[in-house]
Amino acid sequence: MKPAPSVILFSTLSGLGFGFLALLGLGLIAVQGWPAFFHWAFGYALAVGGLLASTFHLGHPERAWRAFSQWRSSWLSREGVAAVATLLILAPQALSDWLGFGWGQGFGLVGALGCGATVLCTAMIYAQLKTVPRWHHWSVPATYLGFSLTGGLILAGAGLWASVAALGLGLLLAYGWRVGDGAFARAGVDLASATGLSGLGRPQVFEQPHTGGNYLMREMIYVVGRRHATKLRVIALIFAAGIPALSAALLPVLPALILGGASHLLGAMAQRWLFFAEAEHVVGLYYGKAASSL
Amino acid sequence: MTCLPAKTDKKLGLVIDLDTCVGCQACVTACKGWNDQGYGAALSDQDPYGADPSGTFLNRVHSYQVTPHDGGTAKIVNFPRSCLHCEDAPCVTVCPTGASYKRTEDGIVLVNEDACIGCGLCAWACPYGAREMDDEAQVMKKCTLCVDRIYNENLPEEDREPACVRTCPTGARHFGDFADPDSTVSKLTRDRGGVPLMPQLGTKPVNRYLPPRPKDRPEEASLLAPLLDIKAQGFAGWLDRMLGKLE
Repeated sequence: MKPAPSVILFSTLSGLGFGFLALLGLGLIAVQGWPAFFHWAFGYALAVGGLLASTFHLGHPERAWRAFSQWRSSWLSREGVAAVATLLILAPQALSDWLGFGWGQGFGLVGALGCGATVLCTAMIYAQLKTVPRWHHWSVPATYLGFSLTGGLILAGAGLWASVAALGLGLLLAYGWRVGDGAFARAGVDLASATGLSGLGRPQVFEQPHTGGNYLMREMIYVVGRRHATKLRVIALIFAAGIPALSAALLPVLPALILGGASHLLGAMAQRWLFFAEAEHVVGLYYGKAASSL
Repeated sequence: MTCLPAKTDKKLGLVIDLDTCVGCQACVTACKGWNDQGYGAALSDQDPYGADPSGTFLNRVHSYQVTPHDGGTAKIVNFPRSCLHCEDAPCVTVCPTGASYKRTEDGIVLVNEDACIGCGLCAWACPYGAREMDDEAQVMKKCTLCVDRIYNENLPEEDREPACVRTCPTGARHFGDFADPDSTVSKLTRDRGGVPLMPQLGTKPVNRYLPPRPKDRPEEASLLAPLLDIKAQGFAGWLDRMLGKLE
């Protein structure tokens, strides 16, 4: 699948933002007054910035408001609704923390749940797709939630908690890649079932239906960079999990936060790029792509 | 609304006969021609006469070489690929805006282009590559079963079928109602063992493909077969025998 930069920015930034906002909402980052303002503003900036970036890949961003309407069936619509609802619910908590209204933690607790729901909806946009076997697995939502929680804890300067989360995320990533590599074969689709020709024999591509490229090939049969997949996996693992785990455990809070946060975001982007670039869509079968060569 | 109807009154769709299709691409051309006028945004082309042409099509004809399981002679199968108007269409339910919908009256899957935000998720959800985003209009295009032909009373009755069906010179494409057991498409599917594509993905496609009839025999594969087993006679026969002794 084509790794659109806007979608990579969106899912990494807003995932991180919602993770950080959830910890603020739960009251696990105890801040009051102006520090609270800057913490909340930082969380909002990440989440909103990511959401805005996601509209850049739309053909008609001016109609994006329509995407709030189909929450009954569509995970993409649910994500939009959940994101906006969460940001609205958290606003009173942010005001209360900043200006000392003393409104308790109610809005924050509900908002934290909303943060989790939003990230889950983002992941389900991909995990729901049976057409991309690598994504159609529970490890995809687990990984998205893992990134959000780990990123939030790193930015919160949570020390050992951040280390433990980062290590857990590392394990989750390794597991996701392991099951993902066999997912296409396990889905049991091949050119024979795609064409219904299995009774006749073994089909192979004789000639492509068109000599130029098309939308399907550009969007879903994307092949760039897969030969660097192993290197990118190691980079994602080291930067998203390894360095933050060590820095959170060994360094003082501020350096750990800056080094760990920057490293984690970089690793998250590498992982997210691979998440798309490695994902094989079954439509590739019609063009003679076997899972291994996709 | 992007929730799917529990049941549609009709199940309009196509039967595509892979035995008869000669891969002439007439259906591709007719489809592009008809859908460039009238219904929705035109199917645009980019750099059509340049070095890297590309364009939007709702129908593509692949060619596959099929080798029999017993190792006999391979044959070419031409394979038109377009929207199958699935009963459980994943492209409809993923749509965040309600632009994608399946009609309750006849089961046709359509896109309301005025509500399409061009996010592309429906194309990702389709296993069959039936949807292409138009680069010019930036909205999703797909087969409409020529909804602007089949009910169009301004057209002569014989033209009230999809352009691809109307134009097919070998009669490899059939249009009809799969909900009616006595329709041509239902009968063809029963008689010829019409198959759905990738049924394991749970999309319940309406369209059916008729597999090619088994007919070729390896020993008849070459037109020169009767001539290949000739024994040399006369001088040539003597030469053949003598040269055979030389080794």
